[in-house]
Amino acid sequence: MAVLCPMTDETLAAAAEEPRAAPGMTGTLRLYRRQDAVFRAITFLSAALVVVVLAGMIVFLAHGAIPALTAMGPSFFWTSDWDTVEDVYGALAPIAGTLITATIAMAIGIPVSFGIAMFLTEICPSVLRRPIGTAIELLAGIPSVVFGIWGLFYLTPVLQEYIQPALIDYLGPLPVIGMLFQGPPFGIGILDGGIVLAVMVLPYITSITRDVFMTVPPLLRESAYGMGCTTTEVVWKIVIPYCRVGLIGGVMLGLGRALGETMAVTFVVGNTYQISASLLAPGTTISAAIANEFNEAFEEQHLSALIALGLVLFLITFTVLALAKWMLLALDKREGR
Amino acid sequence: MSARVRRRGAVNIVVLSLSVAMALTGLAFLALIGWTLVSRGLAAINLDLFTLETPPPGSRGGLANAIVGSAMMTGLAMLIATPIGVLAGTYLAEYGRDSRFGGVARFINDILLSAPSILVGLFVYGFTVLPTQHYSAWAGSIALALIALPVIVRSTQDMIGLVPVPLREAAAALGAPEWRVMVSIVWRSAGSGMLTGVLLAAARISGETAPLLFTALNNQFWSTDLNAPMANLPVVIYRFALSPYDDWQRLAWGGAFLITFAILVLNVLARLVSARSQSKV
Repeated sequence: MAVLCPMTDETLAAAAEEPRAAPGMTGTLRLYRRQDAVFRAITFLSAALVVVVLAGMIVFLAHGAIPALTAMGPSFFWTSDWDTVEDVYGALAPIAGTLITATIAMAIGIPVSFGIAMFLTEICPSVLRRPIGTAIELLAGIPSVVFGIWGLFYLTPVLQEYIQPALIDYLGPLPVIGMLFQGPPFGIGILDGGIVLAVMVLPYITSITRDVFMTVPPLLRESAYGMGCTTTEVVWKIVIPYCRVGLIGGVMLGLGRALGETMAVTFVVGNTYQISASLLAPGTTISAAIANEFNEAFEEQHLSALIALGLVLFLITFTVLALAKWMLLALDKREGR
Repeated sequence: MSARVRRRGAVNIVVLSLSVAMALTGLAFLALIGWTLVSRGLAAINLDLFTLETPPPGSRGGLANAIVGSAMMTGLAMLIATPIGVLAGTYLAEYGRDSRFGGVARFINDILLSAPSILVGLFVYGFTVLPTQHYSAWAGSIALALIALPVIVRSTQDMIGLVPVPLREAAAALGAPEWRVMVSIVWRSAGSGMLTGVLLAAARISGETAPLLFTALNNQFWSTDLNAPMANLPVVIYRFALSPYDDWQRLAWGGAFLITFAILVLNVLARLVSARSQSKV
């Protein structure tokens, strides 16, 4: 974008002080200058509001978290007793639940959405590209509460009856991984939450990945094909290395979404404060805990503990999103945008 | 050499079939959700849904109060967020383009764009519900507005960035003051792009549930009082779907279908507007 812009204050000021200007003209210019200053101030205040929102959020969360954090000390972060009667609050179970469900979501969501993106950019007949791409983008707009009820009424029974018993029978006896698949098939639980999250972030990551794949100059792609590369080699050796940074950024945006998602998880995660090695066990996440308890929290400590959970969630997502943003910015810079 | 070529070909076929399989699985899952939503949703759609209030379990009822509440709060949120968002986007794209503050604000806005909505709910609870000691539709609208705001800021900023500089220079050369250049030239040429952003923001907030849980709460009855808790579709869906009653669950599916349909319409409108603006340039 050109820097040369003639409408700055300086130009107008210089024009206003121009001795040759007609006497009536100076008044008009002064009026214009005043209007411009007001307009500029209004836009500045609006932009400042954006910053104030974030700052307000940090202040509210940090301030609200103080009572619980002082009462519990650092043990808030590594104990898992959450007892509203005894006023003992340990946040390990929801923190672990948040991280584990998001990990499951990413473990399923990333390969599938990369597969779809590769399918859309390299394999799919060009007639189908646009309709499928548009359909996926529209699906990204489905509200998360819908994914939640779908998970509750459709995915959970299937998991409980078919998938979890199979996992317990076949993977349960194995050493190490077996630990992840122990206990009765409840249906709802950490695994269920992770899968619903995966389905939810799928359209989101797919459309970003596809857009990022599209940034590869056709020349690069065609040269590789011209040298006799197979489609796989073009994707692995040209497309992915070229847009590595953008892909990581896109995936992390998806991760940020999965970490902070409330409604899709609350329905199916089980809402139990427990930590279990088994993915089949019910658990909870930070956002599910807040959504479930906040309206019923009347004790000061309980309320404060929930806000402290919010603070932890804020710190986790903020870090992930800031990293994602920074990576996407680096990509933009390289592309000279 | 030919063994190598054959191996590469084999790898290629394996990877391609995996990719197709992934694509089919993913699309099948998404199609499944769409199909469930349509079949369960359509089964719940009838005249009662639009004319009656949310019922106690076991009696006849609909979602009229929730539909009106959602529309009111979304509308109010857009009324709050649109002017602020457009002005802020204007500042970030024009005046604050190279300033340090502008850079920071742009970064923060992009983070707010995907910040967990439940945290926005907590924050708004902190400065509306906590001091007044009651849930209100105002609080809900403010929470939704804070979620719509970054979307509008970002799209305004991007669209204004696309307006060619010579256009502004021409207007300035005619003697137009800066604000007039902005309002009559820049906003006007970026208008349909900005409208797309506003429609997408409306689509984004109409399905938001988490921020309403602690702000607007819910209301079993008909209420248009902005100072009282107000019924809204997302929270009704949440409550009713988790209930053990069949008729409540049916209403939840009906509501889910309505919301998704409304969001789909907004998204399609946004696409039409943006397609029209692109063909014009």
